[in-house]
Amino acid sequence: MSHLDLSAHRAADISDGIARKEFTAREVAESALARIEALDGDVHSLNQVTPDIAYAAADRIDALVSAGGELPPMAGVPAAFKDNMNLIGTRTTCSSRILANYESAYDCTAVARLINAGVLPLGKCNMDEFAFGSSGETSATGPAKNPWDLGRIPGGSSAGSAAAVAAGLAMVTLGSDTGGSIRQPGAMTGTVALKPTYGRVSRYGCVAFASSLDQIGPFSLTVEDNARVLEAICGKDSMDATSVDRPAEDFVAASRRGVTGMRIAIVRDMLDMEGVTPEVRDSVLAAAARFESMGATIGEVDLPTSQHGISAYYIIAPAEASSNLARFDGIRYGHRAENPVDTLDLYMRTRAEGFGTEAKRRIMLGTYALSAGYYDAYYGQAQKARTLIAREFTTAFEDYDVLLMPTSPQVAWKFGAKSDPLSMYLSDIFTIPVNLAGNCGINVPCGFAEEDGAKLPIGLQIIGDYFAEAKVFAAAGALERDLALDLRSPALSVPVA
Amino acid sequence: MSLSEQEVRHVAMLARLALTDDEVGSLQGDLNSILGHIDTIQQLDLESVPPTAHAIPVVNVTRGDAIVPGLSREVALMNAPEQQDGAFLIPQITGGGDDA
Repeated sequence: MSHLDLSAHRAADISDGIARKEFTAREVAESALARIEALDGDVHSLNQVTPDIAYAAADRIDALVSAGGELPPMAGVPAAFKDNMNLIGTRTTCSSRILANYESAYDCTAVARLINAGVLPLGKCNMDEFAFGSSGETSATGPAKNPWDLGRIPGGSSAGSAAAVAAGLAMVTLGSDTGGSIRQPGAMTGTVALKPTYGRVSRYGCVAFASSLDQIGPFSLTVEDNARVLEAICGKDSMDATSVDRPAEDFVAASRRGVTGMRIAIVRDMLDMEGVTPEVRDSVLAAAARFESMGATIGEVDLPTSQHGISAYYIIAPAEASSNLARFDGIRYGHRAENPVDTLDLYMRTRAEGFGTEAKRRIMLGTYALSAGYYDAYYGQAQKARTLIAREFTTAFEDYDVLLMPTSPQVAWKFGAKSDPLSMYLSDIFTIPVNLAGNCGINVPCGFAEEDGAKLPIGLQIIGDYFAEAKVFAAAGALERDLALDLRSPALSVPVA
Repeated sequence: MSLSEQEVRHVAMLARLALTDDEVGSLQGDLNSILGHIDTIQQLDLESVPPTAHAIPVVNVTRGDAIVPGLSREVALMNAPEQQDGAFLIPQITGGGDDA
């Protein structure tokens, strides 16, 4: 049989087509799984493919259609989830040897809500091990590749979540963002990628990295699909005390409303930083000019304290990670070292065998920062710096609705190009301040750069105040319509018969 | 601040990581390079700034005191590396020196 060309569709087309009986949800599942079979050997965006779960979800949708029932809002939309999110019937490995055989014991709330909204779960997305990385290269299963150029990184840590959408293997995916892990791979792969406000989406069932920073959010090819996913997954969850009791808004309508009268600022000192490539800088400035031509007023702000975000982040995030990862001790789940002489030997060797190099580096850094005598000098100072960064954003949002800066200083680099850990850490300079402050930010594609014959996407980061996702979607949607970029990656353009 | 090899080994013990000598050497270099960058935070005047306790102001999050089902014993044990009699099995941690 011939398969549906899913790359030509958006989420609403899929749901509408199923409702009008142009095709069935099962046909969508078959087509999506055929694309994965044909392409994911190269892209490696998925750690696990889940046809049984996808077909079961498709059959529920098709039964509803037959019965004439009302379809859920994202009925039949092919989806996948970062492999740090639990879904019963799947392994949740965090791309780590220590969890290689871990079977999900319960469902992550955001995943369950998206499935309740009708999506077809195709699998679990490859990632940097425990979300420690900006390139996907720390995955114990091998890195996901960038669908725009398979010799380049797709960004990280939600590497597979980004690559799967960019290659047309899933229409929407979920990632998690602690210091840029949704937005930065969004920039690298030309996808729309949102870090919601801290507390907007429950983290229950998502393996914790740095609990004061982690947030789950969507990847998609379009702003509207991104808004649709946020509507489905947001809201209070009694299982996550940090989730905030705020009702979902009509984010889809927000994505269509335009920027007339909006006050938008370029973050001038960040844009002018050393290391921002001319192509990235020019694309951001060009996007600002487009906003102005669409009726927004454009100004400039500086965020001088945010430039110290990396220092604060690489104290806070490893400190919290070292604490969160203490639970992986070989006792209740995960890898266990053989023939231990006592419990200490069991812990020491289990963790040495189970964690990869970057995980060990972060655990060591965090343990040191929290150790006796150093707490005030490191963690205490970092939490104070965090207050200043949050104040800086709050002041900027008194005058502006959204702020613009690059998502990443550069486009996707080649595998192995950043072998020094510090140079990898510095690549997240523009995304980290938003996690520290706790507000929201989205990546939206704003242009392309050519490197060694490859056409590579450039991402604009649109930053909003706390719970100002509607404004962020409004700006992102307006730019998307105005630029009308061809965001079909070479991998996405491959037809599957 | 700079970590000595001895301090790296001390932190590895705190973190319960059995590191090889090679790992101790490379981690010492990596950590000192990263800490060197982190120390730029000292340029900020943080004297009178309160530390962030939580990104979003939320206070006294409580729920109704209702009994709800938790994980069953079977599910809780399904990923256990070793189990016995419905419990996690670990190396012996009490008892005499005869390894009984």
